[in-house]
Amino acid sequence: MSGLQLQDLTKRFGSVNAVDGVNLSVPHGTFVCLLGPSGCGKTTLLRMIAGLEDPTAGAIVLDGKDMTGVPTHQRDFGMVFQSLALFPHLNVGENIAYPLRIRGVDKAEQKKRVDELLNLVRLPGLADRPVAKLSGGQRQRVAIARALALRPKLFLLDEPLSALDAKLREAMQVELRQLQQSLGITTIVVTHDQREAMTMADLVVVMGEGRIRQAASPIQVYRKPSDAFVADFIGMTNLLPLKGNGDLLGTNFPSLGMAVGSAGGHLSIRPEDVRLVAPEQGTLTGTVTFVRDLGGTIETFVDVQGVSIVSVTTPRERTPFVAGDAVGVRLPVESCVVLKG
Amino acid sequence: MRREPPRSLADYAPLAFPAIMLLVFFVIPFSTMIAVSFFRRDPAGFYSRDFIFDNYERFLSAFFGGVLGFSIMLAVIVAVVCVIIAFPFTWLLAQASRRVQIVWLVVILSILSLSEVIIGFAWTTLFSRTAGITNIFVWMGLMSEAQALSPNFGAVLTGMVYQALPYTVLVLYPAIVRLDPTLMEAARTLGSSPLRAFFNVVVPAMRSTIVATLIMVFVFALGSYLLPQMLGRPQHWTLSVLITDQAIYQSNMPFAAAMAVFLVLMSLAFVGLTLLVGARKGGEA
Amino acid sequence: MSQVGLRRIIFTLVALFLAGPLVVVAGVSVNEKQSLTFPPQGFSLNWYYQIFADDGWRAALINSVTLAAASAAIAVLMALPLSWFLWRRIAPWANIFRLLGVAPFILPPVITALGFLTFWATVGAYGQAWTAAISHAIFFITLPLVTLSLGFASIDRSLVEAAATMGGNDRTILRTVVLPLILPYLISGFAFAFVLSLNEYIIAYMTVGFTMETLPIKIFNALRYGYTPIMASVSVFFVLLAAIIFGLIARFGDLPKLLGALSGGGK
Repeated sequence: MSGLQLQDLTKRFGSVNAVDGVNLSVPHGTFVCLLGPSGCGKTTLLRMIAGLEDPTAGAIVLDGKDMTGVPTHQRDFGMVFQSLALFPHLNVGENIAYPLRIRGVDKAEQKKRVDELLNLVRLPGLADRPVAKLSGGQRQRVAIARALALRPKLFLLDEPLSALDAKLREAMQVELRQLQQSLGITTIVVTHDQREAMTMADLVVVMGEGRIRQAASPIQVYRKPSDAFVADFIGMTNLLPLKGNGDLLGTNFPSLGMAVGSAGGHLSIRPEDVRLVAPEQGTLTGTVTFVRDLGGTIETFVDVQGVSIVSVTTPRERTPFVAGDAVGVRLPVESCVVLKG
Repeated sequence: MRREPPRSLADYAPLAFPAIMLLVFFVIPFSTMIAVSFFRRDPAGFYSRDFIFDNYERFLSAFFGGVLGFSIMLAVIVAVVCVIIAFPFTWLLAQASRRVQIVWLVVILSILSLSEVIIGFAWTTLFSRTAGITNIFVWMGLMSEAQALSPNFGAVLTGMVYQALPYTVLVLYPAIVRLDPTLMEAARTLGSSPLRAFFNVVVPAMRSTIVATLIMVFVFALGSYLLPQMLGRPQHWTLSVLITDQAIYQSNMPFAAAMAVFLVLMSLAFVGLTLLVGARKGGEA
Repeated sequence: MSQVGLRRIIFTLVALFLAGPLVVVAGVSVNEKQSLTFPPQGFSLNWYYQIFADDGWRAALINSVTLAAASAAIAVLMALPLSWFLWRRIAPWANIFRLLGVAPFILPPVITALGFLTFWATVGAYGQAWTAAISHAIFFITLPLVTLSLGFASIDRSLVEAAATMGGNDRTILRTVVLPLILPYLISGFAFAFVLSLNEYIIAYMTVGFTMETLPIKIFNALRYGYTPIMASVSVFFVLLAAIIFGLIARFGDLPKLLGALSGGGK
């Protein structure tokens, strides 16, 4: 079986299950983002894959070979750390050549590979620069080049872009994705930033409390969240309480009642799918409480039976409502996701 | 890297050399000394094996009571004087530029490392009639004729303060550098003068540090063994001087050992007190 | 009064107090004749020349430097594996050895000295030169132990993890990452121990005082037969040596950090 398989992987710290029975199959060449709030176990999961933590139970299998007991230094995975972990006593070239040097690769070969890698990360000619003299973005690229020096089977990154400012981070996300696609390397990135995950990943793995809540393509996770936690964590959403008898904010929808079951649950709808119309034309009716014009988008907050619903539109399709107006809220059925619990 | 408990014998290997050295050459000598303190003096050799309390009983004399009392009083005065000088000095040093701090630290370390022999020699020279400071006073017209300023109690005290002052500064330095500078600024914005802010804000904030430093300098001063001999008269000798004297010149190792054990117990009691103060300080934070 | 003015006054007073005896000694050391007078009569560097020319003083100097180098080396050899072990492993009980390493330095030195005296006398090695080296190494192990512990604590553990992901085993990582990063602390620890051993009197005296003269012992012995300017020149020589060594540590290392302050402004 090719690719990476995590089988029932568990890590217990004391009485806390940091990672709790994770099963995941990653096909070769996939870009995976482990996404979740801090403390959800995503970093611990990555460190277990790297061999930096011993799993309490479960197995890590790569291309059919069980890696669970293999020590870190024999796994030959490339890893970029949150702190980048560039060696302060070595210059750029020496940092990148480090894995080659300790394997006794000869000097000329090392130099050739270092130049190759520096070109790959678009830092040609910087080999002799001390690490301390680099900008944040350059340090980032050096750390990536170093992790790729051995042409690893698996490329692991722990919050690699968290130290960069917002603009540079966006640019690096695109660059990292393009680099991964050109090399075709199986890559796992830990992040708490859902935009970052949406930008880069083939497969987004949303984690919460040590478990995988959903593992799917970015658009699937966004459009079809598997539960309220995922819906709430990925992007902005309206989570409306839905009773078992089909009651949604005072209006009854028997078909929704069938879908959610007798215990009730939530209806999730993205703000850009909520349409504001004249009061008599809406699925629900409410009152506008606040309009936020952000230039590129306009957010309108509507109070329906004490629950706030947000609608996002572009200036082009601006609605005429202002605070205090009565308004109809239309929820297109194809955009609604019914979530149990 | 994970820190992990040692698993195999090989994991313990790095510990072997330092552990053996410390056990053989520190724990055993220390135990030997304790054992010897119960032995009998042998004028022909070092001692003969025995188990007697005579060496400890000798403390009960008025003479040793006097020496002990004097040692403690001297160390207390040295500690108090050192902290009074070192505290404002170190506080001002911590405010100075990094360059100035480094120069002072080099000077202070150099003097701290100076041999007690050299400090004693330097001060006896400075206090002497022929080469002393009084010659400068004569030259300036302040005195009519040069005179010797030692041996006496003042000379012993001066020498010991000189020896302990760099130590005091280095003990205070880390705590004072870490003191939040905005504390002082806050006091200033509330209308305190710098001097008042220093006494009302800085000193109370550092109270437990000051107590701990006093005790550490006290133990340090208790260990001074040459300066009381070189700058004082026999009545200014301390317990440390007597230990050296008994061990080397009187060849009474058992008695010297008994005094040393006693000094250890006293020092340990005070170090324990420091730890207690430190723990209380930790509890407050 | 402004704080700057106050600082100037206090700094000047402390400087005068610290420099006073040294200035007098330096003055005495350049006397032309063999007499201790101050202000000096005439000017001569002869007494500095004598440290190296006079057989007795030169022998004492060589003894002292050899003892200091040997004992500092042994102290570092003990402190390095100990502090590495304490950093690398979870073994709380091993902290007892850290305590043992710090204890001799906190207790009054006379006690440690007497401990060595009784020990070497008991095992029958009293007076051998190597006993002084071991005694000093034990006494001064505190210094490299403290600087190395500080050094290990300052290593970012992710550096070591990164080295492991790139294929470094424990030994390789120690050689290629940990030792290079710890080197400045190792050198400082050695230098601290070296300078203090050079100046140490009571332990050297109680272990080898009757068989070998180190410089402090030589000065003390010479004091009994009267003062000569050569003692002054040796004293000045020692002060300068210490200042140069600590100055070098300050130049190439982070002295405020070594002395327990927060990481300096350089970073």
